[in-house]
Amino acid sequence: MPQVKRYCDNVKILDLQRTAAKLREEVIEMLLQAQSGHSAGSLGTADIFAALYFEIMNIDPKNPDDPNRDRFILSNGHICPIWYATLSHRGYFPKTELKKLRKIDSRLQGHPHIQMLPGIENTSGPLGIGLSFAIGISSAALLDQASYRVYCMTSDGELNEGQIWEAAMYAPKQRLNNLTWIIDRNNIQIDGTTEQILPLEPLRDKLESFNWYVIEIDGHNIEEIVNACNMAKAVTQRPTVIIAHTIPGKGVNFMQYKFSWHGLAPNKEQAKAALKQLRSMESRIESEYY
Amino acid sequence: MSDAVQNKSTRDAFGEALTLLGKSNPNIVVLTADLAESTRVLEFEKEFPDRFFQVGVAEQNMAGIAAGIAVNGRIPFMTSFSAFSPYGNWLQIRTLIAYSNANVKIVSTHSGLSAGKDGATHQALEDITLMRVLPNMVIISPADYNETKNAVKAAVEHKGPVYIRLTRDATPVFTNHKKPFEIGKSPILKKGKDITIACTGPILAEVFSAAEKMEPEISCEVINFSTIKPMDKDTLLDSAKKTGKVITVEEHQIAGGLGSAVCEILAENMQVPVFRIGINDSFGESGSYSDLLEKNQLNAKHIKIKVTDFLKNHAGN
Repeated sequence: MPQVKRYCDNVKILDLQRTAAKLREEVIEMLLQAQSGHSAGSLGTADIFAALYFEIMNIDPKNPDDPNRDRFILSNGHICPIWYATLSHRGYFPKTELKKLRKIDSRLQGHPHIQMLPGIENTSGPLGIGLSFAIGISSAALLDQASYRVYCMTSDGELNEGQIWEAAMYAPKQRLNNLTWIIDRNNIQIDGTTEQILPLEPLRDKLESFNWYVIEIDGHNIEEIVNACNMAKAVTQRPTVIIAHTIPGKGVNFMQYKFSWHGLAPNKEQAKAALKQLRSMESRIESEYY
Repeated sequence: MSDAVQNKSTRDAFGEALTLLGKSNPNIVVLTADLAESTRVLEFEKEFPDRFFQVGVAEQNMAGIAAGIAVNGRIPFMTSFSAFSPYGNWLQIRTLIAYSNANVKIVSTHSGLSAGKDGATHQALEDITLMRVLPNMVIISPADYNETKNAVKAAVEHKGPVYIRLTRDATPVFTNHKKPFEIGKSPILKKGKDITIACTGPILAEVFSAAEKMEPEISCEVINFSTIKPMDKDTLLDSAKKTGKVITVEEHQIAGGLGSAVCEILAENMQVPVFRIGINDSFGESGSYSDLLEKNQLNAKHIKIKVTDFLKNHAGN
């Protein structure tokens, strides 16, 4: 196993946890405004988004087209509310625009489009296609002898798609060690749990047998997320996949673990209850408005 | 056409043009899905191994990788047979290439009936339909070897997605190699006054030969629709206005292909009798290319009969 410096800046970790909590609040507010959208995955990946955009990736929101920037590709486009929330909080575009999610004439499409918003690096929606796209960017980086890294998030349900396994075979062949694939392993998909619908386990064994360097983490533990991404930088000759175990709907007790919240947005009462819980995570008092 | 006409395939032209262009343009990269020899990109691989990507029999992955490579200014050519790409990866092409307006060139050989003996599964007779409905997509269907060479150059110069439809067999070379390819311009290959024949692809040689045989009794105006999208409306309408009758000829289903495209434009602009020659709601079968043209009534002999009958039926119109 490659040795890397452990990440143990407690102040920074606390800060990232707060950022993730803020992003979760933002997601609830966006979904309420839009009255549609995907709650579970958006809440479940907030810690990963906070870690990537506020700590791990080499990016500059003021120069979103910087050729040397690290790239993040979101294959499971339906969780874009958390991507949009993260990008706006990181300074890519005004936060006021978040309330336009899924509305007419908006840059915040229901599923992301590459040319619509600064910071959005790919188009996605149909599942299973983003990893191939990320491989294309990784390949271009090698051709250009560029040093940026490519991060690609997929869901676990989308591993049902055959194209994922085409891509999973190809990246190790090309020794794309600049590529880090993050699987949001939350065990749910639209119609039920992943193991009921189309079993993925033993997932780690599958990925290892495809010759990926596999790391398994708690996807809500900031330190583990940062460590895993740093460890991936030290892997040579092959790509890394991080299986990030997450809780769908994390932070809102009536959403957590429930596959029914995959594609559901909260109504007014539910949003109020969700925000109360999320805000209490920072020991705040119940808010009058949301 | 003279008897000394040479036969060469459009896929050969593609391979040669690509290797040549690759020398002057380092941004050109090539992807293959285990069909490098058949699609004629082996030379490119030998010449520029670093810019060549063998993805295996995985057309969906190929489309995704191509779109990703294109982001930073590279010009990927993703190659396969039409029956596999865009048939097997249309969703990826729609989402990552057309909707994303990626600068990817999709080049597919063995289209139309040219997959011949491989049979119906390999004969792409619906690809124009699939690609014509995609916003941002340019569709080029060159008539011969010379035009293909110039079309590949034009595709490199065009910023945005392009689909180039090529064929397997050696077919007559008759267009002027000195004439640059203009996307969206359909050259009139032969002037005439009695009927407009709109055609696309190497089958144009059959149309040309039929038209020559009908002279001087019937004077055909032959238009080469080597760009199917965007369509050269002006050339079509001017010609139809002059001749008053239009026939379309294609190695493709008449539903959704060139015939449909021509009808759509004519229906919105003028009343003129139209007859579509092509594959009429059926699949192909195994056989030599010439046997398939004969059986599907797509060679010069049958085209001549159909044009003559059509004119008889519409005498006085």
